[in-house]
Amino acid sequence: MANVTLRYTKEHEWIRIEGNEAVVGITDYAQSQLGDVVFVEVPAAGKELTAGGEAAVVESVKAASEVYAPVSGTVVEGNTALPDKPETVNSDPTGAGWFFKVRLANPKELDGLMDQAAYDKFVAELGG
Amino acid sequence: MDHPSQEPLKSTPLESLHVARGAKMVGFAGYSMPVNYPLGVLKEHLHTRTAAGLFDVSHMGQAALTGKDVAQAIETLVPGDIAALAPGQIRYTMLTTPEGGIIDDLMISRPAEPGSEDKLCLVVNAGCKERDFAHIAAALADRAVLTRHDDAALIALQGPKAAEVLARLVPEAAAMAFMTTRTAMLAHAPVRLFRSGYTGEDGYEISVPGAEAVRITETLLNQPEVEPIGLGARDSLRLEAGLCLYGNDIDTTTTPIEAALAWTISKRRRGEGGFPGAAKIQQQLADGPQRKRVGIRPLSRAPARGHTEIQDGKGRRIGEITSGGFGPSVNGPVAMGYVETEFAKVGTPVTLIVRGQAQPAQVEALPFFPHRYFKSARN
Repeated sequence: MANVTLRYTKEHEWIRIEGNEAVVGITDYAQSQLGDVVFVEVPAAGKELTAGGEAAVVESVKAASEVYAPVSGTVVEGNTALPDKPETVNSDPTGAGWFFKVRLANPKELDGLMDQAAYDKFVAELGG
Repeated sequence: MDHPSQEPLKSTPLESLHVARGAKMVGFAGYSMPVNYPLGVLKEHLHTRTAAGLFDVSHMGQAALTGKDVAQAIETLVPGDIAALAPGQIRYTMLTTPEGGIIDDLMISRPAEPGSEDKLCLVVNAGCKERDFAHIAAALADRAVLTRHDDAALIALQGPKAAEVLARLVPEAAAMAFMTTRTAMLAHAPVRLFRSGYTGEDGYEISVPGAEAVRITETLLNQPEVEPIGLGARDSLRLEAGLCLYGNDIDTTTTPIEAALAWTISKRRRGEGGFPGAAKIQQQLADGPQRKRVGIRPLSRAPARGHTEIQDGKGRRIGEITSGGFGPSVNGPVAMGYVETEFAKVGTPVTLIVRGQAQPAQVEALPFFPHRYFKSARN
């Protein structure tokens, strides 16, 4: 997959666009900041998401955090393997550690997200 | 005890060591402290349960209290039986308010060394130490002198290999019983050893001169069994061990009886009273408290954090989680909190409201992970 189809949020979600659907997860920076992930809750298929709204939950030993929907749309599939193997979020955050697939309601929302270069700069400025 | 965030963070004598070892530093009780090292909270926790973990707890307040009747004096502020402390023994107790609330929990020990007959050693929580020391000094102004040991560092070495490791450097440490203290030489520096801790494991807390702290800590970390452990694992370890965190599980609104700490109050002190809040505490001992601190085990995988609402089966609020998270050694979520006494029995089903959803849970005996404190051959 080419990087050009990847976009990022300031909350450290990544979104990989595949036609009118997209896969969402949290970035390597996010998993490294969270530490050992011990609990994951993914949305069920059919759930309606609003851009910026809560979509999933990820908890480390230290704390709970939300995964926000980068775009609005309908959940096509949650990664049902993830709750049983939450550590996958640490070991493969941009691969097997994906959270959910969403059918885009408004593809124009992607324009408001960062590309790889912008996200790399954003993280560098965080001191990460 | 929250610390005003606009004040610059203080550092312990070990800060440079933490940074050099790649620790993630956070503000805690006004100090810059390591929350975890590159190993990560989960592995740091498990390492402490299987080998030995080293914790910097220098932010805690250390002091000596001296006076001719020092034990009787401090007993006017705490319900613990300090007069009964034999030389070399440590007692866990708490400073109480006139209403029976808890100002702080602390360790009081009576040194065994000749010439220290009029002296007690105190270790209090970092976030409470200014208030505690001012309270003690003022209340006992005509009976005892409080001397702060702000220049001393405090290092905890915890875990099943802690005794073996320390015996290599201080042979006389091995024979110490749990909850005893003595002085010793460690890496050519004078130290005070306490066989105590906050993990449920055997181990030591070691008070060392601040100027020697880095060298002594490096000596301990050079032992193959020892890894540095941050505050993240310190919290999950103490939670599994069912130990209270001041400010979360106990505070001025909770009494020692509600907090299930009645075991810290001896028969003599229950009868005689003579500490702040004695009337309330004696009344609760006689009649039972209205609420009680209990272990709560969520039956789903979802951890329940502090302030999670606890309900009975009919949706009525019966209490609140005060500490909760994931227990790495239990391999599941664990929590503690207060419930109305009729729901405090082990096995009672309760409901937790996590992110607006009702999750099943049950009251469980503490600790979640069995304590493995050292008992000397003589006991």
